[in-house]
Amino acid sequence: MSQHETEWPLWEVFIRARGGLDHRHCGSLRAPDAEMALMNARDAYTRRGEGHSIWVVKASDIVASNPDDKGSFYDPADDKVYRHPSFYQLPDEVDHM
Amino acid sequence: MADHLFEYTLRLGDNCLILGQRLAEWTGHAPILEEDLALGNLGLDLLGQARAFLTYAGKVEGKGRSEDDLAFLRDAHAFRNVSLVEQPNGDFGQTMARHLLFAGWYSLVLERLTQSQDSTLAAVAEKGVKEIAYHWRHAAEWTIRLGDGTDESHRRMQSGLHQVWGYTPELFRMDETDTAMLRAGVGADLAALQPAWDARIDAVLVEASLERPSSVTRSNGKQGVHSEHLGHMLSEMQFLQRAYPGMEW
Repeated sequence: MSQHETEWPLWEVFIRARGGLDHRHCGSLRAPDAEMALMNARDAYTRRGEGHSIWVVKASDIVASNPDDKGSFYDPADDKVYRHPSFYQLPDEVDHM
Repeated sequence: MADHLFEYTLRLGDNCLILGQRLAEWTGHAPILEEDLALGNLGLDLLGQARAFLTYAGKVEGKGRSEDDLAFLRDAHAFRNVSLVEQPNGDFGQTMARHLLFAGWYSLVLERLTQSQDSTLAAVAEKGVKEIAYHWRHAAEWTIRLGDGTDESHRRMQSGLHQVWGYTPELFRMDETDTAMLRAGVGADLAALQPAWDARIDAVLVEASLERPSSVTRSNGKQGVHSEHLGHMLSEMQFLQRAYPGMEW
């Protein structure tokens, strides 16, 4: 077995700091399975009271966009200013939009 | 009565201090970075509890000894930890075996102590019980994975259990101090904890495909009779305060 195959899978860790907030990506770690990943995440990333909830996701299960697609994915949005909600006056009663 | 309370509190504190120090020995040596952090965290939980217990022990004793005096200026025979916690780390399997057996017992002790008539012990137990619940979970999950893992991990886990199992009868043996504290509504009935401990340990061992050892070692750590391991450990742990008395930073 090659060195690579004996390595534990990589997990991405998402922590929710407080109720009402989103889970945010905070790092990654290695673990043999989901339960151990959760415990490792608890030990590595919530030592200073950062967490109320933890998600762990196998890094290989994350589907990521390809950097080479940058042009076709994102550039077309650059000149569509009309998609921004900045072309009408807000009534004074509507604060903090 | 105050003598018994001092003795009893010292036992609680020394269990935490010595096992905390053992776990700290893993720092930089654990099989993987994630476990290095985990073992350090477990050790620091125990060190925190040790500080609370030893500070209180010094107060009960009334001779002006601080937590540091008790931790760093006592010789091995004055330590009152159970022999299980001073056993060397061995390999990772042995460390997990020791932790499984200890945390399985200590979490039961702390649960009882939350009801203690002594409000300080009850308060320390209240905080500690959550920490040790996690210790139990961590040790149990590892025991299951190693026991039910590869041939090598199974062999090492089983051998680690054999190494430390003999020190477990001491955990449930009541002596004069334990009995006095139980009668006063302060301490836990250690003998009564055995069935609950057996049940939870057996459940893990079955899931881990491990055999329950039957070895018995007559150990009396909590009366101050220690193996040579404790002396070696203290010489390292206490070196700084012995070499530079009163040193602070």
